[in-house]
Amino acid sequence: MTDRAQQVILDSVQVGEIITSLVRQIAQEGKNLGNLAIVGIRRRGVPLAQRISAQIEKLYGVKLELGILDITLYRDDLSLIAVQPVVHATEINFNVEGKRIVLVDDVLFTGRTVRAAISEILDFGRPAKIELAVLVDRGHRELPIAADYIGKKIETRRDELVDVLLTETDGEDKVVIR
Amino acid sequence: MEWTRKDLLGLQELSQEEITTILDTAQSFKEVSTRSIRKVPPLRGKVVVNLFFEPSTRTRISFELAASRLSADVINFEATTSSAAKGETLTDTARNIESMGVDVVVVRHSVPGAPHRLAKVLCASVVNAGDGSHEHPTQALLDIFTIRQHKGKVEGLTVAIVGDIGHSRVARSNIWGLKKLGANVILVGPSTLVPTKFKELGAEISYSLDDVIGRCDAINVLRIQLERQEAGLFPSIREYSRLFGLNVERMKRAKPDVLIMHPGPINRGVEITPQVADGSRSVILEQVANGLAVRMAALYLVTSVKR
Amino acid sequence: MPTILIKGGRMIDPASNTDRVADVLIKDGKIAALGSVSQTAKTVIDARGLYVAPGLVDMHTHLREPGNEEEETIASGAECAVSAGVTTLACMPNTEPAIDNEGSAAFIILQSERAGKANVFPIGAVTHQRAGERLSEMGGLVRGGAVAFSDDGSPVRSAEILRRALLYAKMFGKAIINHCEDTDLSRDGVMHSGYVSMVLGLPGISSASEEIMVARDITLCEITGGRLHIAHVSTKGSVDLIRVAKRRGIQVTCEATPHHFTLTDKCVETFDPNFKMNPPLRTEEDVAAIKEGLKDGTIDVIASDHAPHSREEKELEFSFAPFGVIGIETLLPITITELVKPGILSLIDAIRKLTVNPVRVLSIEKGTLSVGRDADIAILDLDTEYTIDPEKFKSKSRNCPFAARRVYGKAVKTIVRGKIVFESR
Repeated sequence: MTDRAQQVILDSVQVGEIITSLVRQIAQEGKNLGNLAIVGIRRRGVPLAQRISAQIEKLYGVKLELGILDITLYRDDLSLIAVQPVVHATEINFNVEGKRIVLVDDVLFTGRTVRAAISEILDFGRPAKIELAVLVDRGHRELPIAADYIGKKIETRRDELVDVLLTETDGEDKVVIR
Repeated sequence: MEWTRKDLLGLQELSQEEITTILDTAQSFKEVSTRSIRKVPPLRGKVVVNLFFEPSTRTRISFELAASRLSADVINFEATTSSAAKGETLTDTARNIESMGVDVVVVRHSVPGAPHRLAKVLCASVVNAGDGSHEHPTQALLDIFTIRQHKGKVEGLTVAIVGDIGHSRVARSNIWGLKKLGANVILVGPSTLVPTKFKELGAEISYSLDDVIGRCDAINVLRIQLERQEAGLFPSIREYSRLFGLNVERMKRAKPDVLIMHPGPINRGVEITPQVADGSRSVILEQVANGLAVRMAALYLVTSVKR
Repeated sequence: MPTILIKGGRMIDPASNTDRVADVLIKDGKIAALGSVSQTAKTVIDARGLYVAPGLVDMHTHLREPGNEEEETIASGAECAVSAGVTTLACMPNTEPAIDNEGSAAFIILQSERAGKANVFPIGAVTHQRAGERLSEMGGLVRGGAVAFSDDGSPVRSAEILRRALLYAKMFGKAIINHCEDTDLSRDGVMHSGYVSMVLGLPGISSASEEIMVARDITLCEITGGRLHIAHVSTKGSVDLIRVAKRRGIQVTCEATPHHFTLTDKCVETFDPNFKMNPPLRTEEDVAAIKEGLKDGTIDVIASDHAPHSREEKELEFSFAPFGVIGIETLLPITITELVKPGILSLIDAIRKLTVNPVRVLSIEKGTLSVGRDADIAILDLDTEYTIDPEKFKSKSRNCPFAARRVYGKAVKTIVRGKIVFESR
């Protein structure tokens, strides 16, 4: 891993503000929250999903369904990657039938992860709707995938790396470009 | 840890980390069987061949289901009725199959070594579904997985394996796996069926189930084969059953949370009574379900290794 | 026949305890002169830097003729022998049909002469059709050319039959060679019974199964006064029993194969049937005991137990593959590399176990470099290292446990009865 110079795009305050904004957009003033399920995509989509879900529950006093998706088995590049990835558990402990599912991930890039997540959710049943919320949209889509709720859109070069750090996984909230 | 083996031939050569990786991966696959669509795509377009030189309905079905759940195409090749009977060598059979384009060959054979010889000549992955008395890695893995599910760990537990240890591939694979994960293993059976040499594997030997049953956290009861009795290695089924059969009386001396296991199929009334087999401590049916997850993990891991 | 002069080679003749640089003159198929030879000859071989030894004698081989000629014939066996410095073979009678009468023994001699390479002598069966029930016509066999008696691949199971055989063979001055194995104990065993067989889940052939019959046969040898030769000794216990018997003056001799003083049962971990033979490869302790037995003279002979099998048969599962490995072409190199180079046996002693000692058991006049004897001579290079490649063997079969091994010891030229029958390129 080359030691690149890193540039902080979002500091912890900004990350917090963006998450609050996403919460407001997703909650849509508290309408039909009984049908809403938040599903985090491993790895960092999970703590984000947990925060979003917790904040909605606090604001509106409802209990939301929360799920975790490990998309390893649905990746389209399993035969190409050098290191065989470890499979972790997927936990969808509620019935997806007829639900409004909001997938949550930290970075939207090529769109392949989201495509895999959609395929996997559909193997659990038929939701009424699937939406996507991301902290950062960095462009360079390779599939026709778009997010419904975007924290921040940033321009990046294809070879740059965008790292999202979260308190739950990395000890602090920060988004950097290298 | 990264899985680097293209084949799963036995537990003797695996490290503790490798065994743990399979068990952890199996954990993830357990959840797939609870979905409404019980399929995931990683082996889509891949071909898995069940090359069974020894008949076995259960293991074959288990592997078949596991492969299907991974979206693979499955072919069953029962060599007992095919060219092997005409005298085709093992290597020829396998090469013929491979040239049709297969990714995994699951081999079950009546004598040791067949999967190992095949792994040497085939580019495809080879998974040992039982080779004679030598090894049956996926069975031991599902046994250990079942223990881990209930007890949270394997290290420090005492596990007894009861039966015809000398001829048992299930026993051998379990001994390797359990010892590597830090369990104590007690081998129980008649002295004619439990060779003392097994002590060199670090296992304890006892010719009395009553003496050791109170120390066990899990008891794995092996099926007693009628051929052994016919070969005169023990005098009668009745005597075996009296001395080593797991019945309600013996269970009184066992720990209240002991796990009762059996690789199946059960000889009801011989090595285990129906009351115990169907009783509250029995996890025999769970073993079958876990077998599916473990075999999915095995197929997933071996195919993930780049040639 | 043209005269041949072998000049300047290092002559090793165990019979006369000779190890010196000397010339050898061959005339009319016999050795005409030894030492510093000034005469000229039609053919002069420059043997400087090479060893000149009596042609080696492999007294335990299986040539599959009659019956399984696709695996080996007398001709192919004789040819692969001379390519490896071996000028005399004794072949076992477990062919189809068995060599249990004068006619079939004479057939072996005839085929040997037709081939015109190594001398092949038949070993006749001990019992009729090797069935172990009644004695074969030993007199007829001897008339046909048999040099000893054996039912090898099988043991003589009945103690009474062996007793009779030892007694009866005395009349002809021939030895009974027994394959010692209590088959009731060894049953369906396919490898040595020990730690490795326990781990691999393969049924074992215990050391006890050999030792029990070795002890039995030594007793029978003692009470009959006959000549007993124990084939392919493989266990420490057997070596110990024979050592004690010899000290007591019993007329027992024995042999060991190169694989039994080189390889162990760990080789079977590959499940490669090229490591499956009977008696099986045993433990480090047994290998050490065989080497010790060779060193202190308890073991008289080194013989290959050359057992060719077709590729299809050896490509079967270990449990189903037949027992046996080829060995004529590795007899010399393994002996040199594993015994002589590490100093366990001197060169002259090693050659003794491959010449003088086997011919003594078989009562044939071969195996020495003496004036007037048949010119069966091996000119050997013992200093160039090479890799064993069974694909290049002259044998029809390839089931060799020494493939890819680095060794010393090969034949440069081989002469049988005064004729050059092999020259390396």
